[in-house]
Amino acid sequence: MHETSASHAAHQHSAPTSFIRKHVFSLDHKVIGKQYYGLALLAVFIGMGLSWLMRIHLGWPAWPIPLLDKLSAVGAPQGVMTPEYYLSLMTMHGTIMVFFVLTNAPFAAFGNYFLPIQIGAEDMAFPRFNMMSFWTTFVAFCVMMAAFFVSDGPPISGWTAYAPLSAVGGDAGPGLAMGQNLWGISIAIFCIGSLLGALNFIATTLDLRTKGMSLARMPYSSWAWFVTSVISLLAFAVLLPACILLVLDRVAGTSFFIPGGLILSDKMQPHSGGSVLLWQHLFWFFGHPEVYIAILPSIGIVSHILPVFTRKPLLGPRAAVGCMIAIGFLSYMVWGHHMFLSGMNPFSATLFSVPTLIITIPATILTLLLIASVYGAKLRFTSASLFCLGFISVFISGGISGFFLAQPSIDIYLHATYFVVAHFHFVMAVASLFGVFAGTYFWFPKMTGRMMNEALGKWHFWLTFIGVYAIFMPMHYLGLAGNVRRYSAFVDDYLIPLIPVHKFITVAALLTGAAQFIFLFNLIWSRFKGPIASENPWEATSLEWSTTSPPPFDNFGGKHMVVYNGPNEYGVQSSDGHDYIMQTSPEKAPAS
Amino acid sequence: MGKLFAVVVTVITIVSVAFFVMHTWWMPIDISTTGPAIDHQLEETMTGSGLLFLGGQLLLGLFVWQSSNKNPARKIKTFPGGANPLVAAAIILVGIEVLTLTFVGSKAWGAVNLAPPAENSLHIDVQAEQFAFYFRYAGPDGQFGGIHPDKIDDGNGNYFGLDPANDVAARDDVVVGSLVVPVNRPILLTLHSKDVGHSFYVPVLRIQQDFVPGLLIPVHFTATQTGKFEIVCTQLCGLGHYNMKAYIEVMSEPDYETWLKGQEGQ
Repeated sequence: MHETSASHAAHQHSAPTSFIRKHVFSLDHKVIGKQYYGLALLAVFIGMGLSWLMRIHLGWPAWPIPLLDKLSAVGAPQGVMTPEYYLSLMTMHGTIMVFFVLTNAPFAAFGNYFLPIQIGAEDMAFPRFNMMSFWTTFVAFCVMMAAFFVSDGPPISGWTAYAPLSAVGGDAGPGLAMGQNLWGISIAIFCIGSLLGALNFIATTLDLRTKGMSLARMPYSSWAWFVTSVISLLAFAVLLPACILLVLDRVAGTSFFIPGGLILSDKMQPHSGGSVLLWQHLFWFFGHPEVYIAILPSIGIVSHILPVFTRKPLLGPRAAVGCMIAIGFLSYMVWGHHMFLSGMNPFSATLFSVPTLIITIPATILTLLLIASVYGAKLRFTSASLFCLGFISVFISGGISGFFLAQPSIDIYLHATYFVVAHFHFVMAVASLFGVFAGTYFWFPKMTGRMMNEALGKWHFWLTFIGVYAIFMPMHYLGLAGNVRRYSAFVDDYLIPLIPVHKFITVAALLTGAAQFIFLFNLIWSRFKGPIASENPWEATSLEWSTTSPPPFDNFGGKHMVVYNGPNEYGVQSSDGHDYIMQTSPEKAPAS
Repeated sequence: MGKLFAVVVTVITIVSVAFFVMHTWWMPIDISTTGPAIDHQLEETMTGSGLLFLGGQLLLGLFVWQSSNKNPARKIKTFPGGANPLVAAAIILVGIEVLTLTFVGSKAWGAVNLAPPAENSLHIDVQAEQFAFYFRYAGPDGQFGGIHPDKIDDGNGNYFGLDPANDVAARDDVVVGSLVVPVNRPILLTLHSKDVGHSFYVPVLRIQQDFVPGLLIPVHFTATQTGKFEIVCTQLCGLGHYNMKAYIEVMSEPDYETWLKGQEGQ
């Protein structure tokens, strides 16, 4: 008991008063969570803008895009982008979206804000680390953006930065001199921020749970953030040295990823002895777990939110958590499925294919549990619940195509086609963002003290839901027809007949992108003009709904919360006439 | 709202599936001996996962439709049987699918990547570079000349870095920009790159393999139909990636011999 109060005292710090310590270099996990959210929001609109530019170019390559020549006179003379500028924008789109949106929004932003509150803590375990992890990430973002403004533009080697294209320097093409250096440095800095954050999440979950908050009583979202932080710690710990080695190859004359005898721009490269596949192994050892870093928090968020609106418990809570852990564990055994055709030993293809296919089992169980949880419910249709239902649908669509790509024999045909683009956009990007949208509509009242506009939220949902299918479903057909990805134009005889499909996708992408401005408007307008939110507007059970909206600096106004129930007590008869029992309510939930 | 969701999900599902079923956009013809197994594997997977897709989406739509019933007397129901049968069903059904796909699919993969090339294969050396493919035939002596990267000189057409002055085997090597092969004869390619990563993708042959700088990678196939088809690069290799292509011309044996004699004469 004495120890407990001492450790509480160690984490207490008084509310800051100056503007800088309150809003900029804040130690408060809630402010840091909002900062991550803001950075992800800025990044997602930049990333989406880049995809618009790429899509317009793919549909109508000769069309001058207004103002594009202002961004880069060399890359887009008279607004018509060059093939290399297309690749630059594509690289930046992938990098920004994967690192600064899909890693930041569902995990770092919501996790920072809600993990401590959901487990009844006053802050993260290491508030200073927490502040450092955000500002490190911010520096990484600035370094990445700087690549737009260097003379030869951003790198053209894709978000995977395959060596030796990414390693040999400017002889390999435009954007591969300073732009690629900035890319490597930015990602290395990003890794440091993510490692600090992951450590902090793990320590917070293990050490700072309040009285009664056993692991079994943790909300699914907290479970997902915890599992993700373990994955994150191990994944970024590999990408960090990989990026350092890449930058060393580029600036210090080492040859980690560059073999001898390469001739670029008619010059023999002064390297020898490196391995091209070493980069691919290191990158994908990070890269595949990264997919789960993006999607697991959204699975957790949706599993947390859905029962609030179905008014019944999530089916199989232990199985759901077990599946998350299984996915996290298996995610480290499958990286080679990105490399079936890379020239690695063909026997290892089977070795990587089997765990990849096995991962579909916990993923299928999670999906079935979510679908079956909707059965017999009294659904309350809100923007948040619609995005949860939409999540299930797009997660099915994205997961199904995994069956194809996990098989080396089929991968021979579908590898590097638009089928792959469709697969990872559905399962990693769209599904993850649907979780973020659900989380935003659900938690906005808690974060700001105001409700979002439901009518606008629903319009946003319908346009986005139909829109993403119009964009990404046809990409499967393109892939089946052998349409290669990462092409800035389609000049091959067999690809020319597919250009009308690309035009359709472009129109869909422009419209779906435009619908995101409804969301942005709703976010800003509701922040200032939305109706005042009560403490628990959705009638939810978890701890974030046992405090004011927004919570005070120390989250619970000096109270030490005691937890008596799990987060899943919906559809029960409470003594005060509600159909749910709060986690903090001493009332014992009836055995179900 | 729930009924609208159910209708939208159902329409999206049916429209999506329809285009797959109608083969509106589909794989091109297959002209290889190993392709049918790959196509078969893909079609099996399409059927299995297509049913899962249909089932998952339609069930979601149905449950959402039912859950939107506003009758206040309606009681909340849990899924019959609870979670355990679902978990068991997922493990068994998906487990069987995983095992089947692995066993059957390994054969298709093995035929392309594990089986050794036939003894009588015609050996052709392939080099990829930004942004072209070059193909080399051994010539009448049946021997390839050695490759010397320092002798590579694209301006003079010495793409492979041959040294005919000192290397007898290199003198009769035939270097061309198109892959010409006789029909129904096993072909062995050795892939190597001059600069960065590239890939060798021939959709009609169901063949795709990366070129990896520093590695020499064998690929073998047998074409079963004559004709002219495209070879494209699928590994991001720089600004001209989209335009990096070549043709494969499959000829009858006599046509091929005539073509080869013509090349050797030059």
